[in-house]
Amino acid sequence: MLEAALPKVVIAPSFAIMIIFIYGFILWTLYISTTKSTFLPTYDFVGLVQYAKLWRIERWWVACRNLLVYGGLFIFFCTILGLLLAIFLDQKIRIEGALRTIYLYPLALSFVVTGTAWKWILNPGLGIERLVREMGWSAFTFDWLVTSEMSIYCVVIAAVWQSTGFVMAMFLAGLRSIDDSIIKAAQVDGAGLRRIYWKIIIPSLRPVFFSTFIILTHIAIKSFDLVVVLTRGGPGYSSDLPATFMYAYAFTRGRLAMGAASAMLMFAMVMAIIVPYLYSELRRKRYA
Amino acid sequence: MPEAIRQSPSEVAHRIFIYGVLLLFAVYFLVPFFVMFITSIKTMDEIRTGTLIALPRQPTLEPWLKAWGYATIGVTNEGIQGFFWNSIRMVIPAVLISTFIGALNGYVLSKWRFKGSDTFFAMLLLGCFIPFQVILLPMARTLGFLGLSESMWGLVLVHTVYGLAFTTLFFRNYYVAVPSELVNAARIDGAGFFRIFWRIMLPISIPIFMVTIIWQTTQIWNDFLFGVCFSTGETQPITVALNNLVNTSSAVKEYNVDMAAAIIAALPTLFVYFVAGKYFVRGLTAGAVKG
Repeated sequence: MLEAALPKVVIAPSFAIMIIFIYGFILWTLYISTTKSTFLPTYDFVGLVQYAKLWRIERWWVACRNLLVYGGLFIFFCTILGLLLAIFLDQKIRIEGALRTIYLYPLALSFVVTGTAWKWILNPGLGIERLVREMGWSAFTFDWLVTSEMSIYCVVIAAVWQSTGFVMAMFLAGLRSIDDSIIKAAQVDGAGLRRIYWKIIIPSLRPVFFSTFIILTHIAIKSFDLVVVLTRGGPGYSSDLPATFMYAYAFTRGRLAMGAASAMLMFAMVMAIIVPYLYSELRRKRYA
Repeated sequence: MPEAIRQSPSEVAHRIFIYGVLLLFAVYFLVPFFVMFITSIKTMDEIRTGTLIALPRQPTLEPWLKAWGYATIGVTNEGIQGFFWNSIRMVIPAVLISTFIGALNGYVLSKWRFKGSDTFFAMLLLGCFIPFQVILLPMARTLGFLGLSESMWGLVLVHTVYGLAFTTLFFRNYYVAVPSELVNAARIDGAGFFRIFWRIMLPISIPIFMVTIIWQTTQIWNDFLFGVCFSTGETQPITVALNNLVNTSSAVKEYNVDMAAAIIAALPTLFVYFVAGKYFVRGLTAGAVKG
């Protein structure tokens, strides 16, 4: 009899952990976001006041606008470069293994390490700016890192450098799973290589585009470390993202309820893209 | 993949173009690390007078010794070494515990399914994706309540708990592909739950253990968010210490020491990547194509 209950007994601790640490905590955060908590949590309900206030804070708008700019560019460049590299690597390249190893190593690095490296490369004074000036263009300036309007683009540069390899790996796996016979047939019909890619191969990668898009969006919304290390959200708060906004309000400025409200909005953003994705994935598996 | 006709001059030019682009990108990916490395063995004088990509004229190990042993980080002057060991002490238990529980969960969710187990799995899957900001505040309170907010064990707990969703997912998807006949036959022979796990499942699980352990090690070693929220001073992991070193506004910025410290922080995961890259990449794409 005990034997029959064993599977449930084994799952029980994880189930309890999940209910408390994931779902319970989310509800807790939701509740905090409807109070007036500042440095310490208080539990008197005030409704959606914090959410209304949040949208009146300039800094939150900046964070959301930055997320759109950063997320859009990050996804665009990672996808284009990743697809290009995957297609080129798929042309029976002799040193494919070595190249793949090089393209993917940034993924093993922490964003903190990547941020440190790019902070040094992009720093005005001794970085790229000095390099180009020494090469003869003495009027060259490259000070994005310390310019309010441009600092978020520095985050894009570093993030694309780190994540392109991952997209390449996804597309390469997709390319390798395409049925050869369709391509052979098209070749027999006299279609050129470029045409085959545009008309047959790239359209058949649609599911990979879809998953890549979801995962990159998800990475973009959660981005935190890179901004902290590279720009500290600055100058001022010009390169803030929702994640750094949340940290600033909840942990350094003692505005717990506001931090919780911003966290809930981040959660809503992620769920808006993840739930339909998981639903379609699980459904496809079931009816496959 | 499509085989093109070889040898014609335009085809040769085509091949050269492809190799050219691929090599250019290899350079693009390598340059930042190369710059980090040469900066880490230059003196500050050379850094101030030279350029990013100038090779060091008098290579020195001094920045490395300082980064490791006596750079000022926070309130201590003992370099990054203590934080390096903090991360080691955090990673080992968190990886082992989360992997082991994940293996058991995956075994149940694939071979001993019960009413509600699929729902549990779907709920857990969602846990892979939540932005952790949404649990930070309650977690901080809970760690304080448990008396773990200043200790390494607090971070071990956090990483174990939020690693479970991924480890379970990895093992469940791996075990689903194992033929159920194998388990059913053993069951008819009278083997029980744990006996089947030990004798049948574990021996074929080495690849998925590799994937999971490498995935978890990389994730936990590289984590910054939990580290910065749930630890202070001497219990901080290396990523937080590195950020403190790089972002202190001290009078003289020692870029060479920063770079040496960054490479030290990167070495363990890079080592894992170069030794077991195959499993690392498999984890990446398995973590990506879920369900």
